[in-house]
Amino acid sequence: MNKKLFRSCVTPVAAVALGLIIGAILIASQGSSPITAYQAMLVGGLRDSDALLRTFQKATPLIFGGLAVAFAFKAGLFNIGGQGQLLIGAVFAAGVGFGLDGLPMVIHLPLALIAGGLAAAIWGGIAGALKATSGAHEVIVTIMLNFVAGNLTDWLSSSPWKDNSGDRIIARTPPIEPSAEIPTWGALPVGFLLAILVAIMCWFVLERTTFGFQVKSVGFNKDAARYSGIRIGVITASTMAISGMLAGFGGAVESLGVDGRFEAGVNVGLGFEGITIALLARANPIAVIPAGLLVGLMQAGASRMQFKADVAPEIIDVIQALILFFVAAPTILRWILRFQNQTDEDLKLGVGWGSK
Amino acid sequence: MTSRRRAFLWVLVAVLITLIFGFYSINSGQTTAVLAGTVRAATLLVLGAICGMICERSGIVNIGIEGQFLMAAFSAFTVTSLTGSLALGVFAGIATGLVLGWLLAAMAVGLKVDQIIAGTVINIAAVGLTSFFYDRSRSLGVGKYSPIELGSLADIPLIGRVFFSRPLLTYITICLIVLVHIAMFRSVWGMRTRAIGEHPGAADTVGIRVLRLRYFNATLAGGFAGFGGAYLALEAVGAFSRNMSGGRGFLALAVMIFGRRSPFGAYAAALFFGFATALQNQFQLNSTFDIPTQFVGMLPYVVTIVVVALSGLFGSMRDPAALGQTYEKS
Repeated sequence: MNKKLFRSCVTPVAAVALGLIIGAILIASQGSSPITAYQAMLVGGLRDSDALLRTFQKATPLIFGGLAVAFAFKAGLFNIGGQGQLLIGAVFAAGVGFGLDGLPMVIHLPLALIAGGLAAAIWGGIAGALKATSGAHEVIVTIMLNFVAGNLTDWLSSSPWKDNSGDRIIARTPPIEPSAEIPTWGALPVGFLLAILVAIMCWFVLERTTFGFQVKSVGFNKDAARYSGIRIGVITASTMAISGMLAGFGGAVESLGVDGRFEAGVNVGLGFEGITIALLARANPIAVIPAGLLVGLMQAGASRMQFKADVAPEIIDVIQALILFFVAAPTILRWILRFQNQTDEDLKLGVGWGSK
Repeated sequence: MTSRRRAFLWVLVAVLITLIFGFYSINSGQTTAVLAGTVRAATLLVLGAICGMICERSGIVNIGIEGQFLMAAFSAFTVTSLTGSLALGVFAGIATGLVLGWLLAAMAVGLKVDQIIAGTVINIAAVGLTSFFYDRSRSLGVGKYSPIELGSLADIPLIGRVFFSRPLLTYITICLIVLVHIAMFRSVWGMRTRAIGEHPGAADTVGIRVLRLRYFNATLAGGFAGFGGAYLALEAVGAFSRNMSGGRGFLALAVMIFGRRSPFGAYAAALFFGFATALQNQFQLNSTFDIPTQFVGMLPYVVTIVVVALSGLFGSMRDPAALGQTYEKS
């Protein structure tokens, strides 16, 4: 391992370790054994092929959500709308998945995926376009769009696209056609491979293309980018659209590869988990993969942890918040661990709500 | 404010009052219910907006109001449920808000973390901690704050029901709005606060201790959000449930922007947003209109997006110049 890579790993690893230690103290304060709890969590997420499948399935939307936040970070934008974009992607992928039949898989499955991604791209693009034209801050707009998306997908799955077979009161769509299902190879869901592929594509776009260079220029110094002839508005709108699409793919894969349909309220906390993962990965698309796997592992093992050690599964949210805190404030880590880490670049986002 | 703009506002107010009395003469019960709901929703929003305003006037973006609401509601509820005292619950809520406000300052001012990320940390931690320690079996025990009728004022038709027959915390909130408005625009503290948000370098030169005042203001502002959380748990709802703030901390930010970062403006904006919320509740209860509930439910959020976009388009607002920037003494 080269020295630079090693040094850039110190902060995230230390943050995770500290998060787990404080989490252990909280678990102990509730009268449970932290060792039993963490052991159960690891076993629940790694022991056999079922456990691994669960971890991969949980990690997939997390990686997409992390990529969505990380990609927007590169242009200095903060996408808190991952949750809404995921819901939109999930419902439209499911819509195409159950609405069309008689298509061969090679056409139907990509079509459903693209439908989800495109719908979510539009959803994210709204925030980007508003930012570009009126200066409305993307943080407020994407948060509001989360609530709108929640209502919209709830309505779609409880009214026009409702599953009317049986007398279920759950708001959900009918099951998707087999030709739109994303297959699973043993313990490996193909959706997870897709997430890795998309992560690599994100890295390629950002590091090896002109568009990626422009995105990073806007994030690095808006004024300099403007003077060099980059159209900030276009980059802002398209970055938010891509970011939305990435989150939307997460939802599409969830519908087509895990649930086999859309159910209202699926994966509600994802937007925020995406932030933790993106920051843990220091906005590097490749590093999003291990960060997503880590959180996916914790989520996959949570139910066993509750069963074996009687610890509320919400402890995972607390640990995630702690990790986020330590990654966001590396100064604390440096002070606690007494190390000098010059490779850390603190993330800085756009400021102000409306002034362009 | 230009005279044309002022004239427009007065016309708007006149039209609104005419409409309200028109509706009241047709259906007094529902009109009263909607307007009472408006004031109820506006109280929480204006408290959050004041918290955001004090922070932003000092140059700090506080996106953690949502988390401050939630954690304060949790501690207010828990303390009241343990001690049986509503007042102690309110103090616990305020204390929680103060601590979280200080934490925001510690991250954003002390450690120079990006301010939006600092607020997000508070939001995520609030959801996690309140869910982890949530105890389903706990209840408030004592009843929530009940309305106090202000003598004969409460007998005025419509207005009496809507404004003068509210529980204690609403009255306190209205006093706080006036107090903060005077403090922000008529006191030395207010002037200094606006100075460090506009030009911290100049403020420093004349001897204002920028970082210390930012710490103080973010902490103080947290107290207002904490009071809002206590209001939510002990007066508006009378219970705690997971994620009960439901995005209203974020709506409060839109209210703050719409209200041009002044307490009176924020209250007007909060009443407007509160009206959208109350209308939504009334539509959901009342099935005379055949609109799917989900579309009515989107109303406050769509309104927020439109408002934020419009206020940007027409250039009617300007952020404090040093908003979101860390200050380093040179």
